[in-house]
Amino acid sequence: MSESSLVQAVDHVALLPAYLAAGTAVLVLLVDLLAARPRATVVTAVTGAVATAVGAAAVGSGAERRTFCVGTDCSYVFGGRAALVAALVALLVLGVLALSGPLLRAGNTPVGEYSFLLACSMTGGVVLGAAGDLITLIVAVEVLTLPLYVLVGLRRGSLASAEAAVTFFVVSVVATTLTLLGAALLYAVTGGLHLERLGTLLTDEALLDLPLTTVAVTLVVAGLAFKVAAVPFHAWAPATYDGAPLPVAAYLSTASKLGGVIALLAVVRHALPPEVTGPVLAVVAALTMTVGNLVALRQRRTVRLLAWSSVAQAGYILAPLGALALTAEADARTAAYAAALAYAVFFVLLELAAFAGVVALRPAGADGGSLDDLRGAARRHPWVGAGLAFALIGLAGLPPGLAGLFAKVTVVRSLLGGDAGWLALVVAVNAVIGLAYYLRAAALLYAPAGEVTAPAARPARAVAAALAVATVVALVVGFAPQVVLDLAGG
Amino acid sequence: MTSGEFLLLAVLALPALGALAVAATPRDRAARLVGTIAAALTLVAAVALVAGRSPGWTATAPAVRPWHAVDLPWVPGLDLRFHLGVDGISWPLVVLTALLTLLCCGYCLWRVPGGGSGRALVALLLVVEVGILGTFLALDLVLFFLFFEVVLLPMYAIIVGWGGDGTDPVALDARRRAGRKFALYTLFGSVLLLVGVYVVVAAAGTADIGALTGGTELSRSTQLAAFTLLALAFAVKSPLWPLHSWLPDAHTQAPTVGSVLLAGVLLKMGTYGLIRVAVGVAPEGARWAAPVLGVLAVAAILIGSLVCLAQTELKRLIAYSSVGHMGFVLLGVATLTATGIQAALIGNVAHGIITGLLFFLAGAIKDRTHTGALSDLSGLRETAPRLSGLLAFAAVASLGLPGLAGFWGEAFAVVAAVESGGALWTTLAVLAAIGGALTAAYLLRLLRRVTHGEPSPAVAALGPKLAGAELVAWTPLVLLALAVGLVPTLVLGVAEAPVEALVGVVAR
Repeated sequence: MSESSLVQAVDHVALLPAYLAAGTAVLVLLVDLLAARPRATVVTAVTGAVATAVGAAAVGSGAERRTFCVGTDCSYVFGGRAALVAALVALLVLGVLALSGPLLRAGNTPVGEYSFLLACSMTGGVVLGAAGDLITLIVAVEVLTLPLYVLVGLRRGSLASAEAAVTFFVVSVVATTLTLLGAALLYAVTGGLHLERLGTLLTDEALLDLPLTTVAVTLVVAGLAFKVAAVPFHAWAPATYDGAPLPVAAYLSTASKLGGVIALLAVVRHALPPEVTGPVLAVVAALTMTVGNLVALRQRRTVRLLAWSSVAQAGYILAPLGALALTAEADARTAAYAAALAYAVFFVLLELAAFAGVVALRPAGADGGSLDDLRGAARRHPWVGAGLAFALIGLAGLPPGLAGLFAKVTVVRSLLGGDAGWLALVVAVNAVIGLAYYLRAAALLYAPAGEVTAPAARPARAVAAALAVATVVALVVGFAPQVVLDLAGG
Repeated sequence: MTSGEFLLLAVLALPALGALAVAATPRDRAARLVGTIAAALTLVAAVALVAGRSPGWTATAPAVRPWHAVDLPWVPGLDLRFHLGVDGISWPLVVLTALLTLLCCGYCLWRVPGGGSGRALVALLLVVEVGILGTFLALDLVLFFLFFEVVLLPMYAIIVGWGGDGTDPVALDARRRAGRKFALYTLFGSVLLLVGVYVVVAAAGTADIGALTGGTELSRSTQLAAFTLLALAFAVKSPLWPLHSWLPDAHTQAPTVGSVLLAGVLLKMGTYGLIRVAVGVAPEGARWAAPVLGVLAVAAILIGSLVCLAQTELKRLIAYSSVGHMGFVLLGVATLTATGIQAALIGNVAHGIITGLLFFLAGAIKDRTHTGALSDLSGLRETAPRLSGLLAFAAVASLGLPGLAGFWGEAFAVVAAVESGGALWTTLAVLAAIGGALTAAYLLRLLRRVTHGEPSPAVAALGPKLAGAELVAWTPLVLLALAVGLVPTLVLGVAEAPVEALVGVVAR
């Protein structure tokens, strides 16, 4: 290694969004320590999240920036897609903060720690999209996930919450270990860690035939599949979501899931051989959506329903990647990655709206409750009920939830473009199964209330605002889905 | 923008804006009035589409030659263009849709079925209209799919929200089950449509129905796959036996206006799609599957008629009769001849008019007597002669009496099958004719049970009067049933050229 490469010129502009996110976390901690006023803490966190989103968008609008490079391999590549992920994570944190209003005001949750942990997690999400090597990637995923172990268990005095936290912790640590072991083995086989270098090295037939390579690839994919709660690594999700405070469950099923998807996309796209990962992911995707949908049919608790549905949705996200092995054309492959990312964007938007609706309809600080608690809710709160129904219908992929419809269309199109017709049919049939429970939940909102007459408490203003913004954005991208497709493809 | 383009956009924009205006109008009756006005304006725009049409006959022109077209980019990333057009195949259906929606909205001005606000019902009716009209007007496959989906949930809401009779848990459960069955079945059809659409788009690289018609871009295997998927999708919607089981429940449980739209135009989305999309885009697949389609169509005719003979409930009988009537339409399509497709088109329109009328009448009878059981109804002639006379007229029109609208579609479907020749098609023609006789049998049985005999207790309490709103809603349908029956060129005249063009490329 030459002398000059030891002292690197660091492109601080590329790192700006990460600085902003990390700065937010530190600042929140300081403000909580010095001012000790919950309002000031939350305002700091909100401002930081906005600044991070704006910073990411500003840096991303320019040309792609690379830094921490060895030769042509860079550990940090901040381009359009990284900017999309960073901005999205920051906005999701913003949304989750808004949803947390009633929870924090209820007083059972320490505001400073809560905001700090969320901001830490945001930092991981911001770096994740730009990660150019396996170690940066895994560290970013861990930074995203680690604060969640605490956040899940933050509901004081709740046994379910503690249980959920332990489940999540154990499963997640095992998953990380698997991924790390896989990364180490990949390094042992190829001597490379940078995603693009791995991609080039693994085109070598001799390397591909090594059993060790197969083991390494399997371990990396399996570990990341845990993070997106793909079948058969999904069992932690429903228990964890249901035990966690509602806003944290929202974060888990949006930002955290997005993080897992991005990590999986990054390794599959750049590093691992598609001939190996493609068939595995196709089977995983088909299983994930089918199992998720079938189990969701039987759920009686709101958050568990959303959790299983979000397992199923992960299947739709992964589906385009399943076509990878079948198509040799670079165009079709690029389209598959773009489709997966686009679906993920549409999904987190609708999922956030759905959680916002549930939070708005539940008493402050309460858990998700059973589905019957939502009976007739839309008659008491027409706007909130309509927002939640819209999100559910969107998740089912039907008009008027055009965003969800176009998401499904994108996936089916990429699958048929990649000659994976059978998987497209699986997606199609699953959409029908999915409608059964989404429709049940949505119809319940408009059912006559019967004897259950819950007091019609006004939803918190921040929650209502989050729901309104998410719904309006979903409406807009429903009519102009090309915006999302362009961002995801860029 | 030419006047034709303006009209095309207006036909979709008027009901859409109407629905919004209805939702924004706070007072219930005023809102229903606003909705009715929007529906009326839509009908005017729909009828006006026929003006300024250019037949445009040239040897090199594509098989789809719309009178007017609008083509705007929407989502290039999904091959989706906002491409609308109207021609002789779609125009009669567009007018029928606009007319039936107007009649339903007008009917809602007078009577709102129990269950929800009339305002919401009218708004939903208008949204359904947008979906159906969009499906008939779309000249882009993906757009076609999109509009196909739009109809699903509003119709579900109409069935579940305003349908059934009574509010007891059993009735509530029954209509919820019917609604869910409708939604899931129909979605199953539309997702197959989605896959079929992208099988075609991925292979051909375009979603333009005009460019795709004739199937010149597609290989044989693609056409077979595409036709199978598309035909299945449309068979659920039409519905074709054995995929019909959602229909009786949905039609029986839906409120009167819902049944009228369901039977009158919603089913036509399936047969229209079959003609325009499935046969047009994958003609080789159509030729390959035609015998299967024909056999299933005839099975639908026979089974539908036999089931009707055993029905004991008025609305359910009419619902099942749709299975048989749509069987004739599908038989016409399956022959892939000009005669057959013309028969299918006029059969579509006639069925929409007559079954719309029948459901209006059945609704009126049920509203008055609070029962639909044939055993509780008899002697309608004695106490309500006008209602009874109209029912007789509609039933006779439905069984295909020459001179009324129902005749042409069914007779010429059989003729087309005979003309196709060969043992199979001749057998099918004979069986279909027997089915026609069975149709007459069950409709006459219906008349004998309901109109003749001693008045039952439920019927005895009826007065002879009909409400003005009822007469206003029914008269156009009665007149149209007569007009289409006497002057079939009303429909066939405009459809002749596009059908010839379509058959031209299909037979190639």
